[in-house]
Amino acid sequence: MTGALSAYRIRKYGASVVLLFMVAINMAVTPNFTHINTLWNVCLQSFPVMMMAIGMTFVIATGGIDISVGSTMALSSIVLAKCLIFQHMPLWMSLVLALAAAAVFGLFNGILVGAFKFQPIVATLILMISGRGIAQLFNDGVVISFYGDEYSAIGVYRIGGLVPIQVVILAAAAALAMFLMRRTTFGCYVQAVGDNKQATYLAGVNTALVIVSVYVANALLAGLAASFETLRMCSADPNNIGKAIELDCIAAVAVGGTSMTGGRARLIGTITGALVMQLITTMVNMNNVPFAFSLVIKAAIIIVALYAQKEAA
Amino acid sequence: MENGAGYGTVKRIIAGNGAFIALLVMLAIASAVYREFFTYSNMSNVLRQMSMVGLISVGMTLVILTAGIDLSVGATVAISAIIAAKLSSHGLIAPIVVPLLAGIAIGCANGLIVNNLKIVPFIATLAVQMAVRGVAYLLTDMRSIAVDRSAKTFIAIGRGYWLGVPIPVIVFLAVAAVVAFVCAKTSFGRSVYAIGGNEDAARMMGLRVKRDKLLCYAITGFLSAMAGVILCARLGAGQPVSGEGWEMDSIASVAIGGTLLAGGVGGIEKTICGVLIIGFIKNIINLQGDVNSYWQKIIMGIILLLVIIVQNKTFKKGTV
Amino acid sequence: MDDDYIIEMTNISKRFPGVVALDNVDFRIRKGEVHVLMGENGAGKSTLIKILTGIYKQDSGGMTFEGRPFEPSNALDVQRAGISTIYQEISLIPQLSVAENIFIGREFKNFGVIDWKITHKKSSDLLGELGIDIDVASPLGSYGTAIQQMVAIARAISIEARLVVMDEPTSSLDEDEVRVLFGVIRKLKSSGIAVLFISHRLGEVFEISDRITVLKDGALVGEYETISLTRGELISKMVGRDAASILEGAGARSEKAREQFVRASGITSGRRLCGLDVAIGKGEVVGLAGLLGSGRTEFARVLFGVDKYDSGQITVNGKQVRFRMPKDAIRSGFAFCSEDRKTEGIIPHLSVRENILIASLKKVSRFGIISKSKQNEVADQYIDKLKIKTPGREQSMMNLSGGNQQKAILARWLCVKPQLVIMDEPTRGIDIGAKREIEGLIRQMAEDGISVLLISSEFEELVRNCDRIEVIRDGANMKTLVGPQISEEGIIRAIAGSDAPRDES
Repeated sequence: MTGALSAYRIRKYGASVVLLFMVAINMAVTPNFTHINTLWNVCLQSFPVMMMAIGMTFVIATGGIDISVGSTMALSSIVLAKCLIFQHMPLWMSLVLALAAAAVFGLFNGILVGAFKFQPIVATLILMISGRGIAQLFNDGVVISFYGDEYSAIGVYRIGGLVPIQVVILAAAAALAMFLMRRTTFGCYVQAVGDNKQATYLAGVNTALVIVSVYVANALLAGLAASFETLRMCSADPNNIGKAIELDCIAAVAVGGTSMTGGRARLIGTITGALVMQLITTMVNMNNVPFAFSLVIKAAIIIVALYAQKEAA
Repeated sequence: MENGAGYGTVKRIIAGNGAFIALLVMLAIASAVYREFFTYSNMSNVLRQMSMVGLISVGMTLVILTAGIDLSVGATVAISAIIAAKLSSHGLIAPIVVPLLAGIAIGCANGLIVNNLKIVPFIATLAVQMAVRGVAYLLTDMRSIAVDRSAKTFIAIGRGYWLGVPIPVIVFLAVAAVVAFVCAKTSFGRSVYAIGGNEDAARMMGLRVKRDKLLCYAITGFLSAMAGVILCARLGAGQPVSGEGWEMDSIASVAIGGTLLAGGVGGIEKTICGVLIIGFIKNIINLQGDVNSYWQKIIMGIILLLVIIVQNKTFKKGTV
Repeated sequence: MDDDYIIEMTNISKRFPGVVALDNVDFRIRKGEVHVLMGENGAGKSTLIKILTGIYKQDSGGMTFEGRPFEPSNALDVQRAGISTIYQEISLIPQLSVAENIFIGREFKNFGVIDWKITHKKSSDLLGELGIDIDVASPLGSYGTAIQQMVAIARAISIEARLVVMDEPTSSLDEDEVRVLFGVIRKLKSSGIAVLFISHRLGEVFEISDRITVLKDGALVGEYETISLTRGELISKMVGRDAASILEGAGARSEKAREQFVRASGITSGRRLCGLDVAIGKGEVVGLAGLLGSGRTEFARVLFGVDKYDSGQITVNGKQVRFRMPKDAIRSGFAFCSEDRKTEGIIPHLSVRENILIASLKKVSRFGIISKSKQNEVADQYIDKLKIKTPGREQSMMNLSGGNQQKAILARWLCVKPQLVIMDEPTRGIDIGAKREIEGLIRQMAEDGISVLLISSEFEELVRNCDRIEVIRDGANMKTLVGPQISEEGIIRAIAGSDAPRDES
């Protein structure tokens, strides 16, 4: 019984322990780490990864995977900039269109996986490859830059002059996701689909609809992340935004303890996992250590975290 | 399914060779539309370009047949190219053998993590990719390493010809032929299929599942390093950013060829078709001239979609 | 007389966290005999087999094989020593050809290159001996379960085993296939090969075995000559209870006129269902009797909206319905316990609570938000009512025993307040105690006015529980049995064709 209990604890708290450890190390070695701006920076930098890692947790909990989120970001980013800068649409309308574009990608993935039962990794590989091409079509692959424009203030807006708007969005998204996962029928269906899809279907759940929903939700989060990244950077670069970000998101989910084969979702784990990854980068950057070291440390953390979970299971 | 072999067989033959048929159609159209398509210079160029991702895809096919995946191949290309460049002044053996050994070591690391730490291949090889890429950056301080000017023979690996055929193409075809033979005609090859089909059953049947999976990752590491050496010789330099995204290119080649990413179904010959299809798409878009390069991505996506639709129609209905 | 035994296991113990799976068990098999290992679920049969076949390592105790110490470290060692195993779930590889499945790992080779011609020829010969003539180059997955089982046996024979271990080989076979299998077992026996056989089917055990070993709760009960035991004695040794109470007769069977609830008429689907008619009254227990492949499971799936049908119609309370998916069927008051509990029933990593409530979450939620207190209350209520043995409602489903999982699935369906429960093999692979409880629940449901469609390959189970039995063969109705007509013999005669009772001798 104690064995089972500690196994449970490793899964539940393992990532948090690593996070505390990272915070402690940083407080010891990183200059200015405790400054409030450092905190905001960590949050701002991990914002896109965290947003999509939250969505990815839903996708992975259904037993799926979505490697197209980087391309989805490219699409939303360019749609937002085009609407805002070239078409002079109001901000809210541009945002809605950017999210709608992302949702179309999500819907495409969701239908392939949910309704046609394609293997998720191949299904989303399609948009991973061609989605960025589609995004590049919108402005012929040319970067839209609007620095110094009237919109350049939105992305760096701080609520009450203190909390960056991205942090608020992130907190809201995380809270909503946790509520959905734990307290709603949808959350239960998501995890049941990932654990045993056939049994869930026979229990009267429209499993295809559940699967389509998680891919759309994930794409919407990618769209939102892309929009605020674009506003913060004051430029939409469909060629580079979100490149290889899907792997960071997936790594965060895995480190957080959600099984890659689906089932129980661990959202707090995901958020902790994403923070750990960001703290490694921050630590390496702020101590003038070559950036490459952060890659090696991240790799080690991924392996150790997953091995610990496996041992515990 | 028990109902009739006739109709099902015809469908299976079409689906089984979908990529090959697509390739033939593409070749026919391209050679009719573009006069320069079937010229010696165009063909040798295209084939040489695709030979590197082709080599990796051959290994990737093995890994995918076991129901695994290897995301570390691009980073392996980079590090082997760097090692080759750094050793290029030490004769011909060192800059070839040492990178290949490094590739095998990386492949073994993947295999051991998957086998012994029981971490899913996607995450295990993702971690190895990060680590290897990190080491590649550290080894070079993010700079390109030039090949020694005197290493003419080494450079010929990437730029030379034998009987008029570019050497990388010869290497690719030879490797593909050997691995295709191994897949079809040896115990190891069949074991790879068995593992992907049902790993538990394969273990119960007494197959050496761990050893064979390790071997698949090691071969993929080896072939990625081979691609890295060729790339280094061709560019005359080893670059830390080399091979970025090649893992997805090779996975796409395998998938377009018609190997199931779920494992157990597919083959090297299919992957070669996949590699050629992607290579020729890029070439045709270049020949067209007035089309933007991002169409290449979109068309690849469409072809991948068509391939899996055909696959799904034939394989989903109970047979596999 | 140690020489008489091919395998001797002495003082075998094996513990898992929290459970003693085997406690000082002695087990031995004579050369060339057919030996049956029996016991309820959780008795330790599987653990013992897994130790014998090198999948688990015992904590203490030793084994000898043909008189020599035997310490296998993996499945391959065991196979090389001459023990071949056929597992309960067919462990072959559907994507590979039949021939490869027989010879993989031991292909005929020239200089390391596989000689497909010889491999195919040998496979055909081997299957021919078992009376099976199929294309050995086709993928195994293109054949049905019975053929796959035979291929597994062919593989076992081909390694020239001294001992063949079969873990419930008959559970997926129909009667004719069981005949063929038993023929093969007799052939093995006559050529001096010992067979270890696990089965829950008493009839088969008495027909084929020479000796029986009984386990209970991880301990050895005894080792018996088959001819020295009666069925009743064997059952009481397995369950440690009085035999009479287990085989108690049928419940009060009534022939009263009932209001019709569901009527399926002329259901046709491919070649599997050919115009099947089944009517179910309110509170009636209707049995669907037939052999494997008769269309009994296919009909259940069509009725529940899982599979499509070509023609025919289904009416509920006189109104015609057409279900697109299970969700629609549930809305009409249907529930369905699939025959395959593991892949279509349990949701293993979720809690017992979630497993019970998954089909009725709407009832404990508003606007999609679940009420915590309500769902806990409902879950506890059913855990209590169905006596589901679990440390608590939050326990993962996979940690429950087979019988308790089945009860939890039944609870899932009772939660939706069903009017018809379709049960496909509800007692397969669960122990006699749980079996009796489930049969009790069936009667309870009928008394509460819930209709039941019961499918079982154990005809005596149908005889015990049904008000009416529809006998089907090849997807069509053969006969309807009511009242005194209901008997095992009646079912068998109806399946064989009403005018030609099957010659059983």
